[in-house]
Amino acid sequence: MSAVRATDPASDGGAGATRARRGVRRFAQRYPGLVGMPLLLILFLAVTVAIHPEFGSFDVQSLAMGAMPLALAAAAQSVVVISGGIDLSVGSMMAVTNVLAAATMEEATFGQSLLLAAAVLAAGVLLGAVNGLIVVFSRVPDVVVTLTTGFIWGGVALLILEKPGGGAPDEFLNLGAGTLLTPWLSGALILLAAAVAIIWLPVLHSRLGLALYAVGSDRASAFRSGVKVELTRFLAYALGGLFSAVGGIGLTMTTGIGSPLAGVYYTLSGLAAAVLGGVRLAGGRGGIVGPVLAAYVLTLIPTDLIFLNIDPNFGQVIQGTLIVLVVMADGVLFLLRGRKA
Amino acid sequence: MNSAEVPLRVSGVAKRFGSVVALRDASLEVRRGEVHALMGANGAGKSTLVKILTGVHPADRGEMVIRGERRRFRSPTEARQAGIVSVYQDPALVPDLTVGQNLRLARVARDAVREGLGRLGLAELDFSAFVRDLPYPILRLIDLARALASDPSVLLVDEITASLPADLSERIFALLRGWRARGRSVIFISHRMAEVSALCDRTTVLRDGVTVGVTETASGSEERIVELMLGSEVARAASDSSARSSAAAPHQGAPALEVRNLSCGRLLNNVSFAISAGEVLGIAALEGQGQEELFDCIAGVRARDSGEILVRGRPERFHHPADAIRAGLVLVPANRLQAMLPQRSIRENVALPAYGGLRHWGPIDMRRERARVESAIRRLQIDTRAESELRRLSGGNQQKVMIARWLAGEFKTLLCFDPTRGIDIGTKRQIYGLLRELATDGAAILLFTSELPEIPLVCDRAIVLFGGGIVHEMPAAGADEATLLRAAHGLAAEHEAGA
Repeated sequence: MSAVRATDPASDGGAGATRARRGVRRFAQRYPGLVGMPLLLILFLAVTVAIHPEFGSFDVQSLAMGAMPLALAAAAQSVVVISGGIDLSVGSMMAVTNVLAAATMEEATFGQSLLLAAAVLAAGVLLGAVNGLIVVFSRVPDVVVTLTTGFIWGGVALLILEKPGGGAPDEFLNLGAGTLLTPWLSGALILLAAAVAIIWLPVLHSRLGLALYAVGSDRASAFRSGVKVELTRFLAYALGGLFSAVGGIGLTMTTGIGSPLAGVYYTLSGLAAAVLGGVRLAGGRGGIVGPVLAAYVLTLIPTDLIFLNIDPNFGQVIQGTLIVLVVMADGVLFLLRGRKA
Repeated sequence: MNSAEVPLRVSGVAKRFGSVVALRDASLEVRRGEVHALMGANGAGKSTLVKILTGVHPADRGEMVIRGERRRFRSPTEARQAGIVSVYQDPALVPDLTVGQNLRLARVARDAVREGLGRLGLAELDFSAFVRDLPYPILRLIDLARALASDPSVLLVDEITASLPADLSERIFALLRGWRARGRSVIFISHRMAEVSALCDRTTVLRDGVTVGVTETASGSEERIVELMLGSEVARAASDSSARSSAAAPHQGAPALEVRNLSCGRLLNNVSFAISAGEVLGIAALEGQGQEELFDCIAGVRARDSGEILVRGRPERFHHPADAIRAGLVLVPANRLQAMLPQRSIRENVALPAYGGLRHWGPIDMRRERARVESAIRRLQIDTRAESELRRLSGGNQQKVMIARWLAGEFKTLLCFDPTRGIDIGTKRQIYGLLRELATDGAAILLFTSELPEIPLVCDRAIVLFGGGIVHEMPAAGADEATLLRAAHGLAAEHEAGA
């Protein structure tokens, strides 16, 4: 019977090499974002160095600073999309937390600014939680809810800071805009890595992580497996708010000010990075590392165009094309695999 | 028996969903160490009762007593903690997680599941495989092993054998018998009377949301159960119509559909047959013997590798189901979800295929459409209480709508792929009667069914597929269950060679 054959682990030969290759293939199938995205990023870095041989520590640092807010927006979006939802207010939440940090920290000492940062993170969780509560209890589609709350958060950002301004103590800004030990290791990179490690790793290795994927994959099956579906979806939005707040604070660090309209850009480009990084829009598949790396790739594109003396406005065209190609690649692979079977 | 020893007793349970009353007065008592069948026509309320017992839905009214204690579950987790676990009608495994992750999600011990799988003959299952990559029968076995792992006092099994091959069903029955021998209880839900007779000790029958009887399951109780399920009046009418009207004389001329040397993928090799107008040709086969590919090729869902399909003598090449429909070939799939629009009304679902041609793209003639749809609905006796959304209809009624859709349109050849899967006996008989009637009116019908007794009842001729080829062809009169079963297991050819 074919069913039994499919589960027989040693059906096609047993040579170690075959097994290793199958292991690699399985890893690639399971975590496409962890194989494809690093390769793509290395490719883009290689191209960048090729066309701009002077590419040095300064460029690495500006890349890290430029990509960090986008990477966090992508992370925020990924958590929600994995759980089967979507959050179109990520950019606005970043704007609110960005201006909130810049407006409150202007006169603060370094110690106070750290406390304020914690408060801003809490505010981000609150914003995400409001999204989650409305989505779960109103049963209004998530697109509608977060589009609407996105407008509201955008208005709140303008109320906090009417025009770009504010600031924060230099020590605080340097956490994101400075470097550590060597000029190659930028604060932005460390901050990003720390945020992903501190927030995402514990989630991933807890039951909540399983529940997020389960709810995004098949809500009914998850419910029957004993998952609290509403709570899980709510927590996904709250986590999205938390990542957005880190992104908002990151924006404050890298730009030095708060800007009520800067966040808007990040909603859709964050979503684009999530998709490029292997998160399936229907939910249940993908991770956060892929989207974070995708954010670097998307940031490198306009940089390379500047090095090549091409109008950087071509950047959007190329970014869009790249996303289409990557998403298509999935379909093409599926076709090839189907034909072989 | 001391009431504290009764693992589960419910009485007076009622539940309504909006305007539809699913249960009015359901009761059920399960003893220690018994396999208890729960039967009823589609829409009788079995699934709703299961969902109430396992905490998926709260009951509106009624009492549930577990080992002498009144309980009310708010979630499946609570029910499981009280020792009531269900294997649902469709797999409850999350497709994008691995088997191991699914077990962790449900907080089930891997070793216990491993042991259960071993008893089901699946000791080698790879727990790091994604659920989405595993075949359906395996998922059912995992579901069962996972439910057993929490060592429930009452196990509910809802239609687990509905699309399993016979050998796997046997393994499941053996496991359930062992479970019973250990003093545990099972509530077994199935439409297959033979399974119920073979496995169950007692049967509770639901009709229209009310428990209408409890019988000891013994030989001869089958008629009694059918009577209870249908209500005595309907039972008599159904048994009258089940006797097949005399075989219509096949019409002359080119066959309505002829297949020559059809091959597709690994699973279908060199299949040839022909059906005349007015004929019902039955196909019998075990799971995965090429019948899916055969129907897909004929209906234009999948491209064939080689061979010919002739419709009324003309060779055809279909690139899309629309081509096949235009040629008068229409498909009723086993999985209704593949064909229906669950959120639209009965009327729109029935009328949909008529909009295919470009000349129909203008305004719709509502009066004509309504008349056609209503006559189809009447003819099939579709329950229209919940007509505004198809998903709120019971499975049997949904399947009737899928057939009604083609009655309202026009077709010459009907391809039915297991049209009665998971449908109650009363509706089944209506569908048999309808197929005969259509054939008498001059339609050609190709019918694959997983229920072998249907073949002599409905068909004129039968062919048996095994390993992607036709291994046997016979007049339906000689196609009793034993003969078909032997052939479907690939035994007939040897038998004939030896004779």
